[in-house]
Amino acid sequence: MKLQHIQQFRAGMVALLIPVLGEAQATLDRSKVPALGPPPKVSLPPVVTRQLPNGLKLMIVEQHELPLADFVLVVGSGGTVDPASKGGVANLTAAILTEGTTSRNSLQISDQIAFLGIGLTASSNWDATTVSLHTPTSQLDSALALFADVALRPSFPAEDFERVKKNRLTSLVQLKDRPTAIADQAYAAVLYGRQHPYGHNLLGNEASVSAMTTADLQSFYRANFLPNNSTLIIVGDVTPARIESKIASLFSSWQRGNVSPLTFDSAPKAAATTVYLIDKPGAAQSSFRIGSIGVPRSTKDYFALAVMNTILGGSFTSRLMQNLRETHGYTYGARSRFDMRQSAGPFTASAEVVAAKTDSGLVEFMKELNAIRDTVPSAELRKAKRYLQLGMPGDFESTQQIANQLVPVALYGLPLDYYNSYVSNIENITQADVQRVARQYIDPANLAIVIVGDRKSIESGLKAVNAGPIQIRDFFGQPITP
Amino acid sequence: MKRHTLVAISYLLATVSAATLGAQAVPRIKFEKYTLPNGLEVILHEDHSTPIVTVNTWYKVGSGDEKPGRTGFAHLFEHIMFMGSQHVPVGMFDKELEAAGADNNGSTTEDRTNYYENLPSNALPLALWLDADRMGFLLPTMDKAKLDLQREVVKNERRERVDNVPYGRGDEMILAALYPKGHPYSWSVIGSMADLGAASVEDVSNFFRTYYAPNNATLVIAGDFEPAEAKRLVRLYFGDIPRGPALPARPRVAPVRLAKDTFMVLEDKVQLPRAFYDWPTVKIFDADDAALDVLASVLASGKNSRLYKRLVYDMQVAQNVFASQQSSKLAGRFEIDITPKPGQSPAVIDKVLNEELQKIMNEPITDRELKRVQNSFRSSFLNRLSGVLGKSETLNTYNYMAGNPDYVQQDAARYDRVTAADVQRVAKTYLGRPRVVLTIVPEGKREMMLTAASRGAQ
Repeated sequence: MKLQHIQQFRAGMVALLIPVLGEAQATLDRSKVPALGPPPKVSLPPVVTRQLPNGLKLMIVEQHELPLADFVLVVGSGGTVDPASKGGVANLTAAILTEGTTSRNSLQISDQIAFLGIGLTASSNWDATTVSLHTPTSQLDSALALFADVALRPSFPAEDFERVKKNRLTSLVQLKDRPTAIADQAYAAVLYGRQHPYGHNLLGNEASVSAMTTADLQSFYRANFLPNNSTLIIVGDVTPARIESKIASLFSSWQRGNVSPLTFDSAPKAAATTVYLIDKPGAAQSSFRIGSIGVPRSTKDYFALAVMNTILGGSFTSRLMQNLRETHGYTYGARSRFDMRQSAGPFTASAEVVAAKTDSGLVEFMKELNAIRDTVPSAELRKAKRYLQLGMPGDFESTQQIANQLVPVALYGLPLDYYNSYVSNIENITQADVQRVARQYIDPANLAIVIVGDRKSIESGLKAVNAGPIQIRDFFGQPITP
Repeated sequence: MKRHTLVAISYLLATVSAATLGAQAVPRIKFEKYTLPNGLEVILHEDHSTPIVTVNTWYKVGSGDEKPGRTGFAHLFEHIMFMGSQHVPVGMFDKELEAAGADNNGSTTEDRTNYYENLPSNALPLALWLDADRMGFLLPTMDKAKLDLQREVVKNERRERVDNVPYGRGDEMILAALYPKGHPYSWSVIGSMADLGAASVEDVSNFFRTYYAPNNATLVIAGDFEPAEAKRLVRLYFGDIPRGPALPARPRVAPVRLAKDTFMVLEDKVQLPRAFYDWPTVKIFDADDAALDVLASVLASGKNSRLYKRLVYDMQVAQNVFASQQSSKLAGRFEIDITPKPGQSPAVIDKVLNEELQKIMNEPITDRELKRVQNSFRSSFLNRLSGVLGKSETLNTYNYMAGNPDYVQQDAARYDRVTAADVQRVAKTYLGRPRVVLTIVPEGKREMMLTAASRGAQ
């Protein structure tokens, strides 16, 4: 009966699909992976660059599919330049921008954002403070005026600052509830120590935030919010000539200034592999953060590391995910990444592992961190390369995605054709390259292993694994004095 | 997507004159829909702007279809669908897709389960081959080892999302109190540890035979493909998968009404208490659904929203406040949750909340409040159209929930039609009724629990 239905269906299609019919009738061998045609050639839309007389760089990409535009003002300074005792100043400066300008108060800004149906946010990471606008082009002029006002004329209102500060202090209290956040915070402190900026939490800590004043924010703003320290990325339904003149009229009065060069205290030398155990009584899972200080974004090994990390823990079929999840069922997900910044950020392998398998989980992590140093099979290398190369266009669908992809280009001085040469740069990576970077950057003898979990039930098992000595640390990664 | 530009612009011009929001000019997602003789629904949407295609299959089964003692099974089954099938050995599913540059995943709700691949356009045959094999040939290689492995993975997913997360166990208590025993939404999608442990291979076979048939599925292909070729491939891979037996009747439920307020407390490893308020409301696309969405935004979206402005901005007694109308296929609920700041009690929050609810029930919201929310909703409809994965999900959602994939105009128009009087009416109607109040408190602080008496006690 089923067969009859199908035959009728096919017969009905004959008139329309004569050339195709023969194929459809051919016996389908379901055990054969379908042969695919060549992957589509992708060339990303060109980036037009301009510069205003005050030094503000513009990167413009036309994308006319929808009447939308995205603007990202990338100011090239973030949490890295927080003074040692003022952790969180970049983050709070970003937060205060939308709390008041010389002509609008906090509620008026918020009202405008909703009324115009736009998105307008400010945030900071290690290397940048960004102000982002997402707007329908029908509201472009009003939206841009608000965007420029927030970026260029913040008023640092004292009352609003006190509210934001209280909110931030409460977030820091709530952080103690989340084992994953504790693990991240402690891991950074263990790797970088207290002197290096990367050892801090970007949000700051209770002491630094409590002591913060609007004067601190203003001095961060004055020192870093400079047109010659910034790039404005523009993507969407705009034309370069017209948008440039709009931007010039809004941003030309912005005064250039001296940009202080970034300097870094040297990071501490990696210690011999040690387990840093942080007690979270009753935790159902143990949060793992394993690794060492990695590389800066400027590393010449960027592409080799991208491929190596994809194999190790950068995709679903990576070794960590397959081992800890799909073979053993110890976790919902295991992964690894190199966080690349102006200076060397961390390499981190991580997972949330069921408490009862904390020891077994560590054994498997160590197995994979050792095994990646051996030659990777060519099929595995090929899969990782294709995943990176062929998956790239998926990051360039929306105006918002394209704008975000251009942030590292602006921030780290990557070539404008960076993404167009990405495919061939990945293609060039060999088995030898992967092995070389694995051996250079993943050293099982010098790993920090941070585990946040129920000490009572997991410590003896961890001891038996004997991956390294066990030290008990607090939520900030600091030694606990008895 | 290019073909929609003109339509979209006229829609935006309408937005400018926000006083006269019209219902006519909304972007559409052009589609073609047909059904194979075996009952498989197919929806095609072309968008050649990026050489990417999404294949997104919805099975009309979710946690709401689960049997007693087997909560979490629909989602556990979803995991098993990635473990290979007769012609696809274990592990090959994801490896082939990644080697083709694809991202893929699945998800389960109360109402449906979806599986998607987002991949370069040349790899469309690969996605269809893989999806057809697990639709037609899952059971021959199904065994206890696969089930046991994914059971452990899902238990860890539950730990990561529920048990090891602050406030994570609250929602299950709320569902059980809000819905009558046996109601399809009275348990969580992730399910209980005990029920996950009880699932058997026989359960997997029965569930597959009952629900995973072409006549219970909708296949959406969205993106860069040629329709004739896509149709040929769909017929080639899916055409001879046999139709399954008639499906069991979908659960039928009466609208939920609570007889009286329910107050509950849960001690958790948290620094601060949090109060959750839940009211039974209406299902998705019900006549009052959009007005309840607007009500939620007026209460808690943005600094000018009623609850945020009073509790977080002016009084600064709360860290944050959320409100939402969560509407699904069979029922909906309205939820407000508020976290007091350190040193503040839930009772203080409760008093202010009650004042604000009385106010919004007694007086219409202002014009500006309504326009802010309506304009934000309008923009959100445009933002949904910028990626083919998002569009495939939108087509499937409308197809299943509204019976018409091309429902975006009607959906947007719902929000344009909401009036201040509607918002007041739905506030009065639904938030005036009995509710469930859960206070999650730090361990040993049960005295923070909200009760019927706590309003006068602060």
